[in-house]
This record gives sequence, C-alpha cells and structure tokens, in this order.
Amino acid sequence: MDYVTGLRCRECARTYPAEALHVCDFCFGPLEVDYDYERVTADLTRERIAAGPQTIWRYAPLLPVDDPAPIDLGTGFTPLVRAERLGAELGLHDLWLKNDTANPTGSFKDRVVSVALTKARQLGFKVAACASTGNLANSVAAHAARAGMVSVVFIPSDLETAKIVTTAVYGGHVVAVDGTYDDVNRLCAELTSEHPSWAFVNVNIRTYYAEGSKTLAFEVAEQLGWQAPDHVIVPVASGSQLTKIRKGFGELYRVGLLDEEPHVRVSGAQAAGCAPVADAFAAGADAIRPVKPSTIAKSLAIGNPADGWYALDAVRRSGGAFASVTDDEIIDGIRLLARTEGIFAETAGGVTIASLAKLAAQGVVRPEEKVVAYITGHGLKTVEALAGVVGPTATIAPTLQAFDATVDVDATLDRRA
Amino acid sequence: MSVTIRIPTQLRSLTGGVGEIALEGDTVGHVLRALDGAHPGMGERLFDGDGSLRRFVNVFLADEDVRFLQGLDTPVSDGQTISVVPAVAGG
Repeated sequence: MDYVTGLRCRECARTYPAEALHVCDFCFGPLEVDYDYERVTADLTRERIAAGPQTIWRYAPLLPVDDPAPIDLGTGFTPLVRAERLGAELGLHDLWLKNDTANPTGSFKDRVVSVALTKARQLGFKVAACASTGNLANSVAAHAARAGMVSVVFIPSDLETAKIVTTAVYGGHVVAVDGTYDDVNRLCAELTSEHPSWAFVNVNIRTYYAEGSKTLAFEVAEQLGWQAPDHVIVPVASGSQLTKIRKGFGELYRVGLLDEEPHVRVSGAQAAGCAPVADAFAAGADAIRPVKPSTIAKSLAIGNPADGWYALDAVRRSGGAFASVTDDEIIDGIRLLARTEGIFAETAGGVTIASLAKLAAQGVVRPEEKVVAYITGHGLKTVEALAGVVGPTATIAPTLQAFDATVDVDATLDRRA
Repeated sequence: MSVTIRIPTQLRSLTGGVGEIALEGDTVGHVLRALDGAHPGMGERLFDGDGSLRRFVNVFLADEDVRFLQGLDTPVSDGQTISVVPAVAGG
C-alpha cells in the first residue's frame, strides 16, 4: 500500500485523485504527488531502508507507487565516489560524483521509468510510450520488455546511432520523427489525447515518473551517512530532475531521516547551444524564452523546457547558479572526467563537469563545500561526439623497435611525478 | 480566415467532447478569443489575468510554436491548424 493522498496542481492548488492525470484541467499547471508524510515518518526508518533492496525501491514509501514486485532491472543505489583527482584539478577539496552511468540502461532515466511503468501497470496500462532524446527511449523499451508490455517510443530522427540501436534491440516500436525533440514532444502530447489507453511515461504518467528522480537525493544523503551535501550540480533539460533532487533532500528532513534541515545549494548545467534556463538566470528574467537547440549534448536539447521555470526558481531560492558551456568545453569536460576519475560520461556529463569547472573558477562553487556532481548517462551512448578527438596514441608495426622508437611511457610517468 | 483549432483532452469538457473546431479570425489571438465566445469558459483556462497565455499553455500554428512567430499577434491563413497543447516535460 502506498502513502499517496492525491495529486495537487503546482500553480493553482486544485486537487485530483491519483489517476493518470498530468496537468491541471483548469490551468494546465503540472500536478504534484501529495503524500501522507506523518505515516511515512512513522514507518520509514534508516534501519528499514538499510534492510531494503539495493535499488531505488528501498525508498518505496516516498515513491508514488508501492508494489511488492516493481518493474525493475536493478536500478539505483549507484556509486557515490570521492573525486580527489578531479577535485584537485578544479580546486575543490570535497568533491563527489554520483555515477548514474551504472544504471541498467546506462542513465538516470531507469529511475523514473521503473517508477512510471510500475504505476502504469497498476493503473491497467498495457502500452508504454514516451517522447525521448534517447536515454528515456532506451529505458522505456528495456523496462517494457522486462514487463511484457508493448512499447512505442518517439525520438528525433537525428539521434546518435548508439541510442537508436540500444533502444531498437528490445523489439518495440521505435518511431523516428523528422524534427527536434520539441517537435516530438508536441506530437506526443497530441497523441496522448488520441490514445488515452497508452502510458506516455513523460506525458500522462509524468506526475509519477518525475518522482523517481528524488531517489538521486535520497541515495546521496544515505551514502554520505545521512547528511546532505552543501552544493549539487545537475544537468538541465526539462528541469524536472533538478527540481526533484531539491525536493528529495527536503522530504528526507520532513520525514525525520535527516537530523538537520538541509541547505543544499542547487546549480544547473546547460549546453550553450540550448540554454533557455541558464539564459533566463543570467538575464534575471522570470519568463523562459524557448530556443531552437544546436548542441552535441542531444540528451539535454530541450528548447522549451516544461519544468524550466521551477528549476530556475529552485536554483535562485537555494543560492545556486547556472552555467552554460560550448560544445568544445563539453568534450573537454568528458575527457577531464575520464582522465582523472575513470568515469566515461555521455555529453550531458561533459556539460555537468564543464559547468562545475566554470562555477568553481568563478568562485560560485566554493573550495570547502561538500559538492556532488550528478553524472547521469554513460559515454558509450554518445561516442560519436568523440570521433576524431580521441583514438590510438600510436599506430606501429608489431616489432619491439617500432614500439621503442614511438612510445615513451616513462616520460608520461615522469610528468605525473 | 477560417482555421481549425485542435482541442486537448483537458479542454474537451467545454466542447462537448469535440477535438477539432473550425473558427474565424485574422490572428491567433482573435481565433482563441472566438473560441472563448463559442465555448464560454475557454478564455480563463488559456489566459491569465493580464490577457497573456498561461505559463503552461503552448499554442502552435501549423506545428510551429507561436512564441517563435509573433505570439498572439501572429496572422493566420485560410485553412491553417492551431493546436493548443499543455506543456510536457521530457528527456
């Protein structure tokens, strides 16, 4: 039995039952899940969590669906690693990385999809659908296969080859749309009206789906010994993930799992080629102007971010900031992370690391803060971005002479010393 | 100009369940006001107190977001389609 009491509009506060509703019928504002926090406080202890599965489902009372056998590929409880080498490069003394590349389909999207499809199945849906920039398509196709549901995923036709292959292999419908993600999204919003029996995870199931991102905060706090960090850096596409991470830290305090009220500064990372929220922050504006994306960070290429306003508000209220970075800086960020910490991130991770570097250089991220950067997708999904950038450091004939004449490992060792 | 407006599920309670409506107008704003005239109550759902589109209401003319055009002042041509779509998150 779950702890949900209903849904509530974030804009006008009208309330709704916990059904497949995603926007307020009156003002189109997004709906938010309401919980019985008193019951959660009574039932959810650190001991109960520690005895739970090594997945997001250890926090089930703070998720919008409680199912003894959720649709799960083993998502969550990904490594939180101390990043001393990267920290030294950036002048940060207490830097941590939440490595969500370790999820079953290689991105944080498994968190939201596991929650969304478990709820969708409970509501009686048999078709799983989504509009996606790639990672979500991967995850929906995989979880639908696992659950025996039919999947229909919609993607922009110019997506990276790896993301298409790693979606199509699961055997569902993969519809490539000639247009941007925002075109795909608009099409899916209209299709939702025409196919109400389909669970579009990020449209009509979005209210439940988005809650899955709170586990990114829950895990970090638990892995730090039940304390919140001082500052988090989160990549921003729709803005939902950033908003939910902040909500997650707040909820842990509300239900008594954190002893001290968290004051987590939340900063957002965007690609300069698609930075509608970062631009609004820089301009001090309240309205977010949609843009036409042009960036290698395709998983973040949402020009009309539905939760952008909430992400902007969360960053401002928390005392954080936004940074936006160029495609070259994104590549440098991917390489810096790989070289210093052995983690290969997709382009979105390059955006996060490059933005972190920029904010650290500006003094926005302070040297003594306990900082967590969220690395949300695996580099193998976007290897095209590195084509011609990295490759063999030498190509030689299969002889000792050729090796000795070409490669000097000792010189590399000396440079490290 | 006669144009077709596509109505999302959330607003079909005001149109008796109808998903497409033909209306007259010279601009997107005129057509949406005509929609309010034909189906009272539509206006307060689409517009906020100062007459601009609510934050989570997206309007597309021939599949292009009107915020990339001239907003509510965007002129319409005979036979075009306007879609009213709630904002949705993604990724």
